[in-house]
Amino acid sequence: MTDVLVLTAHPHLEHSRVNRALMQAAAAVDRVEVRDLYALYPDYLIDVAAEQDALLKAQLIVWQHPLHWYHMPPLMKLWVDEVLAFGWSYGPEGHALRGKDLWLITSTGGTEDSYRPDAYNRYHFDAFMPPYEQTATLCGMRFLPPMVLHGAHHVSEAELTRHAHTLAERLRRYPDWPELAALEDCVACEVPVTARPQDLPVESA
Amino acid sequence: MEHSSWLSGSLVYLAAAVLAVPLAKKLGLGSIIGYLVAGIVIGPRVLRLVTDPAEMLHFAEFGVVLMLFLVGLELEPRRLWSLRKPIFGWGSVQVFGSALLLMGVAAAAGVPWRIALVAALGLALSSTAIGLGVLAERNLMGTTGGQSLLSVALLQDIAAIPVLALLPLLAMSSAAHVDSNGWLGAAKALGVIAIIVLGGRLLLRPALRWIARSATPEIFTAAALLLVVATAALMQAVGLSMALGAFLAGVLLAESEYRHELETDIEPFKGLLLGLFFIAVGMSIDFGVVLAQPLLIAAIVFGFLALKAAVLWGMSRGMALPLPERPVFIILLAQGGEFGFVVFQAAAQAGVIDAPTSSLLVAAVALSMLLTPLLLVATDRWWAPLLAGQNRSTLQELNQPQHAPVIIAGFGRYGQIVGRLMFANGIDATVLDHDAEQVEGVRRFGWPAFYGDATRLDLLRTAGAEHARVLVVAIDDTAQSLKVVDIAREHFPQLTLVARARNVTHYYGLMDRGVKLIERETLDSALMSARSVLELLGYERHQARNLALRFRRHSVELLETMAQHRNDQGKLIAVAKQGRQQLEQMWARERDDAEARKKVRASLVSAQQPANQIDEQA
Repeated sequence: MTDVLVLTAHPHLEHSRVNRALMQAAAAVDRVEVRDLYALYPDYLIDVAAEQDALLKAQLIVWQHPLHWYHMPPLMKLWVDEVLAFGWSYGPEGHALRGKDLWLITSTGGTEDSYRPDAYNRYHFDAFMPPYEQTATLCGMRFLPPMVLHGAHHVSEAELTRHAHTLAERLRRYPDWPELAALEDCVACEVPVTARPQDLPVESA
Repeated sequence: MEHSSWLSGSLVYLAAAVLAVPLAKKLGLGSIIGYLVAGIVIGPRVLRLVTDPAEMLHFAEFGVVLMLFLVGLELEPRRLWSLRKPIFGWGSVQVFGSALLLMGVAAAAGVPWRIALVAALGLALSSTAIGLGVLAERNLMGTTGGQSLLSVALLQDIAAIPVLALLPLLAMSSAAHVDSNGWLGAAKALGVIAIIVLGGRLLLRPALRWIARSATPEIFTAAALLLVVATAALMQAVGLSMALGAFLAGVLLAESEYRHELETDIEPFKGLLLGLFFIAVGMSIDFGVVLAQPLLIAAIVFGFLALKAAVLWGMSRGMALPLPERPVFIILLAQGGEFGFVVFQAAAQAGVIDAPTSSLLVAAVALSMLLTPLLLVATDRWWAPLLAGQNRSTLQELNQPQHAPVIIAGFGRYGQIVGRLMFANGIDATVLDHDAEQVEGVRRFGWPAFYGDATRLDLLRTAGAEHARVLVVAIDDTAQSLKVVDIAREHFPQLTLVARARNVTHYYGLMDRGVKLIERETLDSALMSARSVLELLGYERHQARNLALRFRRHSVELLETMAQHRNDQGKLIAVAKQGRQQLEQMWARERDDAEARKKVRASLVSAQQPANQIDEQA
């Protein structure tokens, strides 16, 4: 029985060293189902029903992708737009994901030092996280502290192996992580009725 | 009495045709030879069921008229105009070149010049009926050779007019008298052509429209026939070729909205009358004359065929006709023709040649027309394989072992697209095609294709099937495609098969054999067209794309579901209907939702409620 869903999104997995290794490490864990979005939907035609089914089965949802332009790759974003539908994962009756956890595994080309006010990325890395965090929160999910690998182009094999090992270990041990105890419960975000035309059936695929 | 002779005549002709034509076709000889033989058998020499071939020939000539009308219908004025060079240039070369050569040889053989001239002019003409009939039967009308043949045949029809006008002159009657008649005739002829052209332009279409509005199909058919008969009668009244007139009328109607209707209406009449015409030609072969002077006849027939063929061979080179089209072009134009009959009969009447000479020449022409289909069959048997053999010898079958990771079997329209994407990515692919011409063609464009039959195990092995990773089965023929799949499954289990499905039955055949990657050959291009239609109807481009892609997924899933029920027609239809309904309902629901949402939004805006829009749904 798998209760961890890893959604991998890398538009050029054939050139990827880091994300490929991480995906393989995750796939090797028994309780994990990996869905490689670019392999599943090369034509960007997402099977929303299948994606929602996979989400329902999981307690921990992992987004694994490189950070491109400070955000997720386009197919991942399309996945968010179409799968996290109004009335299903948020809004009235939209409770399908309530109580689950969302964990971001990402890598950046820039080093950790580049994410500083005096460096070329100008902001600390955490400054780019609010959209992710709020997406999770709106759906009633806890946003777990992300696992980030900076300077992915220059990371050594040993370092990568260690990182992948840590990832696999944490997936295995979830939810038995020390930091989870300190994490607050998800705040409730009720979308006001006036925010969106209502009394309409759920948009299906 | 009159009545019963009409009945018995019809009985004889129809029975002869119904018996002889299928038999000839079965023997691979073509329908024309069947008609000719039927004519010989029922004619005055063998069974004597019919005794007056000349009258029948006269009546059946109308088949040729109808045929030229139909040819004209296929030829818009603009295209006819573009053919003016082959018509007047090469057509004149054929008629005058052949006539000069024939006359020279005849004169050298001691034939008096006047007879030599008439014989040469009559024999230079060819049978439009057989020529165009063969082109239609073999579907060659659209080829370069076919168009060249048509051009020459048209000029012959035109040339027959001055040839016939020349005969009285040769009879050495009063020159002045004939001259004035000639001028008058020419003026009349020009007048009639002007009437046909102007009438065709101005009157025909409104008239046809008026008749069509009566919504009585048989009256439209009658009008179509009347049109051809009237044109022919007009032309004949001033001594012009009936066929030429019908052709002109056809050309004038080629662009009208009734073209197709006229074609379907006239077609059966043409077919039957043309058959009757060939029967009449068979009947008119006077075996008495032939048997009296067999050697002389043989010399005339083969002599004129050879001389005309020589001229035509030179022409076909000059026109740069494709090599495989040359034999048909030469053989069809080398034969004598129905205009020859007319010329010789008229010449005999005018006293230019005597009756025995006339029937000798008529017999020679008729025999050449009988020989033509036989020569064509012989060409198909001996020459065409020889040409193909030559191709094959320059085009060696694949014999060097290949090592590419991809093998493409079939390099036609489908395989080429697959191959080009591979080559463009620097991926090596071994291309096989069993059609030598196709291989030569794509090689000219620089594609590395091999000649070879992929349904042969040894050839697949040479192509590297034991080590390759992918075999693309892009063969046209479904049976051969399945055969290749069977061989590959059995002998090269490591190969992944990627197959082109010609139709659903083929798709299931491939599925049964365990092929996973099957594409229906028309699905994606049709969907692209459907997207264009949606866009033209005002759908957003991206929405059209989404609908097409979702439809595609639905269609593939449905096809796989239907596969389980494919032996149960009732169930199959039920599943297909159900699948369609599901999709339709789902999309109808989505449209309703979108519409409803739009309305609610509009009402919110009009109620001026400050909508606390959240980012995600902006």
